[in-house]
Amino acid sequence: MAVATTKNESQEIILQGIWKDNPIFRQVLGICSTLAVTNLVLNTIVMCTALTFTTTLSSLTISLMRNSTPRRIRMMVQTLVIAFYVILVDIFLKAYWPEMSTSLGPYVGLIITNCIIMGRCEAYAGKYPAIPSAIDGFFMGVGYSCILLIISIIRELIGMGSILGIPMPFFSSHWDKWIIMVMPPGAFFTLALVIWMFRTFQKDEEDDKK
Amino acid sequence: MTNSNEFINIVIICFSSIFTGNILLSYFLGMCPFIAVSKEVKTAFGLGMAVVFVLTFTCLLNWLTYHYILIPFQLEFFRFIMFIITIAAFVQFVEMVLERYSPLLYTNLGIFLPLITVNCAILGASLFMVIRDYSLVGSVAYGFGSGVGWMLAIVSMAGIRKRLVINKIPKGLQGPGITLIIAGMMALAFIGFTGVLQGQ
Repeated sequence: MAVATTKNESQEIILQGIWKDNPIFRQVLGICSTLAVTNLVLNTIVMCTALTFTTTLSSLTISLMRNSTPRRIRMMVQTLVIAFYVILVDIFLKAYWPEMSTSLGPYVGLIITNCIIMGRCEAYAGKYPAIPSAIDGFFMGVGYSCILLIISIIRELIGMGSILGIPMPFFSSHWDKWIIMVMPPGAFFTLALVIWMFRTFQKDEEDDKK
Repeated sequence: MTNSNEFINIVIICFSSIFTGNILLSYFLGMCPFIAVSKEVKTAFGLGMAVVFVLTFTCLLNWLTYHYILIPFQLEFFRFIMFIITIAAFVQFVEMVLERYSPLLYTNLGIFLPLITVNCAILGASLFMVIRDYSLVGSVAYGFGSGVGWMLAIVSMAGIRKRLVINKIPKGLQGPGITLIIAGMMALAFIGFTGVLQGQ
């Protein structure tokens, strides 16, 4: 493992992040801080970018420091590293996109307590070299973002009849808007349905292999 | 007059954080333990109590830190790290005190305390408190109310999940899937409380 990753290895990591070990429908982790912003596609994109940025860089940093961090205080170190990157994101949004910063509210800060980042640092970045760790962090973030994007597209389309604020042909004219979809219960229902769908697919795939 | 207004205000903050703006069901905070630890009513209750306790006091402490340390030194952007350190230190402190003076409470509550440090509800409540600009008493009321709301949600979820064992659920929906659907229904029910506050 000490050598830089071969092509196969990184493919394996990528596949794991997006499909096999997808943080949301396999592990059901870290949905707290991001589910709240899935009522609009734009907010979700910004939030997911912020999250992927943080997972990648904090995995990289933790991995670089893994030999010099005493085991006892590693949790504290991990939290501080993650918090550092989240503060960067927060300041950046405040400076260049203040409206987005207000509409995301406290959820940017809550990336710190997102279990996925911490979980990846603990499970992967603490044991492996820097580059695979960064790849792992990045694709965990991407796998996570995919699901949230699906959820946000469903919610915005059915709830407001638009995607990214652009009215969609059928949904804006002939569709009675389901306001409940942009309210909190809609997020729970959509996530449950998406998890149900993916888990069923995955199960079929496993059965095929046998 | 101002006194009674202030009092009503605090009651409203507390009520709305329990029912209309439930921290779990309308802000999605503290979802991970909500899905993972809601299998037993007893455990859910223990965790809920610990959350109420920690939330109330960390809101108080974080309000003080924010208004007396971060604002005078213009370090507001530093609040994420500061709040997390306060929460972690407080939880550690409570754990030590409980272990020393109340072994009974420690065995009941102690195992949940370390879990709480990484619970997003705790940090989330502190961040909301800053954004909404509550007063000191308001923040404490908000922390307490959020804690009670969270406990209410997780205990009722545990009660419902106990009955689920005997029901037939599609394979892919078992576990987290069905929990989320129930949470959605609970969120729907809690939305019904919205009218109560507007009636004032």
